[in-house]
Amino acid sequence: MKPPAFDYLRAETVSDVLEGLAQQGGDARVLAGGQSLMAMLNMRLAKPKLLIDIMRLKELRRIERKGDAVVIGAGVRQADLLAWPELADALPLVALALPWVGHMQTRSRGTICGSLAHADPSAEMPLALVALGGEVLLRNAKRRRRVAAKDFFAGMMLTARADDELIEAISLPVIKGSRFAFREVARRHGDFAIVACAAMKIPTGVRLAVGGVADVPTARNWPRLEGSALDDALNAFAYDLGARDDVHATARYRRDLVRMIGRDLIGEVLQ
Amino acid sequence: MTRLKADARHSVRFTLNGRPAEGEAEPRMLLSDFLRHQLGATGTHVGCEHGVCGACTIVVDGMLTRSCLTLAAQADGCDLKTVEGLAPSADRLGVLQQAFRRNHALQCGFCTAGILMSLDHYLAKNSAPTEAETRDLLSGHICRCTGYTPIIQAALEAAAKLASSKKETSDA
Ligand SMILES: Cc1cc2nc3c(=O)[nH]c(=O)nc-3n(C[C@@H](O)[C@H](O)[C@H](O)COP(=O)(O)OP(=O)(O)OC[C@H]3O[C@@H](n4cnc5c(N)ncnc54)[C@H](O)[C@@H]3O)c2cc1C
Ligand code: FES
Ligand code: FES
Repeated sequence: MKPPAFDYLRAETVSDVLEGLAQQGGDARVLAGGQSLMAMLNMRLAKPKLLIDIMRLKELRRIERKGDAVVIGAGVRQADLLAWPELADALPLVALALPWVGHMQTRSRGTICGSLAHADPSAEMPLALVALGGEVLLRNAKRRRRVAAKDFFAGMMLTARADDELIEAISLPVIKGSRFAFREVARRHGDFAIVACAAMKIPTGVRLAVGGVADVPTARNWPRLEGSALDDALNAFAYDLGARDDVHATARYRRDLVRMIGRDLIGEVLQ
Repeated sequence: MTRLKADARHSVRFTLNGRPAEGEAEPRMLLSDFLRHQLGATGTHVGCEHGVCGACTIVVDGMLTRSCLTLAAQADGCDLKTVEGLAPSADRLGVLQQAFRRNHALQCGFCTAGILMSLDHYLAKNSAPTEAETRDLLSGHICRCTGYTPIIQAALEAAAKLASSKKETSDA
């Protein structure tokens, strides 16, 4: 349970990071909070030749309100965002979901962007990004690009990020006058979700986003539905997510959770 | 920019419980192993080495940190606190440690160092924690012996004691 050998690069500027990624490509890994990567190295699930530590870069540590969006830099730890005084006002859904990410002892180190890069299908921050329709800001040595949440997650632990790209930040829209709800079922608080759901009121009705079932967090919009029409819509969604049995839960239990939590949360945000 | 080569040992220096500490480590060496094997600071325990059990929890630059998910090289220049720094002197236990002893909050003691570090760090910032908050904090630790209840009791008792001793010593 010890990591394989690698070079360690302590980046002092963003160009150090981008150069390292450009030179080493798929053999390099960004080291952010290390709360997923270090465990993968210890278990030898990853064998990079180079780790690029980005956590000494002050310029990546910013949380900024830019117009109708909040931009969260790659160096922002989960605990930093939780302690941000404007969080509940600007990003109420994130304020609800973030306490479910691991434990106080892992949120103190783990970053928001690292969670998105890692792209665990049951992770809460990817779910929030998809529910809110945020964007991921990527950068390599030559250019910057923005990828919409719905195009970013490509599969279990797979994203649209190229090997030479740094997630420089993410951008989450500030949505006023809506209502949000979040709920998760896990074996213990702080464990990865068996099913996590986020709901929000949108001008045309309601959106429900689900994590932990499909290989990527998935959102669906409906007009204002009630009664059996809502039950049918939720049932169809639960099946479309393609739940599978695993050691944590059966597919059927997951579908049940989607139907039940979905109904509750939609009721909460539309009341 | 510093690039440390995989196959060489590099100097790592930091402050450990207020005193300078120094040793050599390959980039892949975990901070938990560096503390225990290079520095002989075996108070920090190692259970799972993937961040789940919490036995290796220490404080780095004011952040609760799994030392098994941290490289020794990452700690260079940082300020570290480990369980060895909790007692006020070699023959006296701190308030939290005394509360653990009184409440039988440990049996085998394997999990204790990490739990003490989490609680010490938390109580310094939250003087009146509720039971629910304490349980939430303890979700980051696994104890196979106690069933957690005595740990919660010890934590709440220590919090009350620390709060009242603060009141007594202040001039306000
Ligand atoms: C006990 C425990 C419980 C946990 N429970 C949960 C949970 O319930 N929910 C949850 O969502 N997470 C959970 N996690 C994981 C979470 O804590 C991690 O913080 C997160 O998954 C990764 O963030 P990080 O900053 O630690 O990234 P790292 O571990 O440093 O990196 C993870 C991956 O992302 C890449 N990466 C990181 N940052 C960037 C970047 N800026 N640009 C490009 N690539 C990058 C790395 O190269 C690596 O491949 C848990 C972890 C532990 C140890
Ligand atoms: S040894 Fe570090 S968390 Fe278990
Ligand atoms: S006292 Fe034995 S594991 Fe906690």
